[in-house]
Amino acid sequence: MTASAPTLPRPRSRRLARRALPYLLSLPALLVCIGILVPFFTAVWYSLERYNLAMPMMRSFVGPAQYLDLLTDPDFWQTVKVSFIYAAATVGIELLLGLGIALLLREQSRLNNVVSVVLLLPLMTAPAIASLMWKLMTNPNFGVLSWLVSLLGVHDFRWASDPRTAMFTVVLVDVWVYTPFMMILLLAGLRSLPRQPFEAAALDGVPAHFVFFRITLPMLSPYIITATLFRLLDSIQQFDIVYAMTQGGPGDALMLFQVRAYLDFFQYTNVGTSAALMVILWAITYLLSNLFIKQWLKLRERTHHA
Amino acid sequence: MRKVLRALALGAVLVFFLFPIFWIVLMSFQTNEQILRLPPSLLFTPTLANYRALISGHLVTAAGVLDITFLRNLGNSVLLSTASVLLSLLLGVPAAYAFARFRFRLGEDIAFTLLSFRFAPPLLVLLPLSLYFQDLGLNDTYAGLIWVYQLICLPLILWIVRGYFEDLSPDIEYAYQVDGHSWGQAFRRIALPLAGPGIAAAGLLAFIFAWNNFVFALILASADKQPVTVGALAFVTASGIQYGQIAAAIVLSILPTLALALYAQRWLVEGLSLGAVKG
Repeated sequence: MTASAPTLPRPRSRRLARRALPYLLSLPALLVCIGILVPFFTAVWYSLERYNLAMPMMRSFVGPAQYLDLLTDPDFWQTVKVSFIYAAATVGIELLLGLGIALLLREQSRLNNVVSVVLLLPLMTAPAIASLMWKLMTNPNFGVLSWLVSLLGVHDFRWASDPRTAMFTVVLVDVWVYTPFMMILLLAGLRSLPRQPFEAAALDGVPAHFVFFRITLPMLSPYIITATLFRLLDSIQQFDIVYAMTQGGPGDALMLFQVRAYLDFFQYTNVGTSAALMVILWAITYLLSNLFIKQWLKLRERTHHA
Repeated sequence: MRKVLRALALGAVLVFFLFPIFWIVLMSFQTNEQILRLPPSLLFTPTLANYRALISGHLVTAAGVLDITFLRNLGNSVLLSTASVLLSLLLGVPAAYAFARFRFRLGEDIAFTLLSFRFAPPLLVLLPLSLYFQDLGLNDTYAGLIWVYQLICLPLILWIVRGYFEDLSPDIEYAYQVDGHSWGQAFRRIALPLAGPGIAAAGLLAFIFAWNNFVFALILASADKQPVTVGALAFVTASGIQYGQIAAAIVLSILPTLALALYAQRWLVEGLSLGAVKG
């Protein structure tokens, strides 16, 4: 590492070292992650095999047959359905709620800053643990929320253990954990908007709803799109909250992609179908993540050159 | 009128987001009889019995004495998160510097490949990995878990720190190098200290995400290597556990990340937006 005296450069070897430097710097990080690529390809391979751990003798290559089986399997379509309902419901509610809170906290003031910091706390709670917290609060025997609901005259509201309200309950936990994330991104976006259009609108006495729909919302839309795509990407893969709450039940009411793959693998030792499920989910997230990264880079360019 | 509505809305928001934490903390200081009493009451004589039982590791239940390993779970969480973040910083900061400072062939591709790990469904690799771990004997080691935890920490650190390096003008480093210092010296004495806050923010965020992770350890860790997230779940299903003890376990599991978050909130907000937004 000691620098040779600048008066006696060895241009060739130095240039070579300079060329190799970025590769040398990024190689260790890359190597560590490349180990992860092996199981990725294994998973793709498994998805083309009939492979059940309980019946290793029956293991055989079947090509795309497993995917075709899935397409005609009503259980698979149940998984697709509940996964998309979950993602749409959580992200939709979190977007509206997060935007509303961000608008409430828009002005920089001591109170607003304290509130926005305190709202970070649910986001910092492990989602699996958050589920346990809500499980305690919705316990039929002593849960404070069950009690509150019964005060409102709704008796026998069974939260996550009733197939009709299970989705509502896990969406509620997800909203509790992740709305602050939306709020933070949108608040940062709101506060970075230029002031002139709003001042001009105020001078002209433009009504508030007009300002919101014609100025705030369009200017904020790159932030909204980025945050929404990011949350969709996470939400379609949800596992922790649902697994900790009901393990996909009651029945198959909450069999999200990853929950079903987990149970297929560990309960039914069916390596093949769980791998096929995960490859399908990966294809969905791959599309979403490309959209997200494009959008995010555009936003980054803008804020860095503004 | 507007002011009143605003205050009401803020109040509702605070109640919704803070009440669960408040209530669980309250429960953790209650006996089973107090918890089961309806209507619930805010007035009770607090007890430390739940925490004492967790820390001593002996739960006295109707069925006899139950040994629990919650403290061990807590220790595992500290070890796994700390070691993973340190390794990630060691690997990620130089790589982030390379991506920020040099335009090199495949550079952008490598960076995106690393980032894409953040977005792939974890079970896709975890399920085959669990079979490999059994074959390699890694499922009973911290090293295996710390390696897989790089999937959580490394992309985060790479992209946040890269953003910070890009915001630093390279001119100071060049001037320092023209003065006869090597590249390594410029990196250590100029770039690293200037990007310090960004590196700290990224490390902090990575720590919190590693701590909160559930699925990696659920699938790969053997019972004595499990962190609190997995340990607490096993706890709920164990028979004879009292509700107050579950609540106390929850409080102990979330306390470290909540405290860190409050302590370093400004950095956290910047890190969370992945440098997309400079608030």
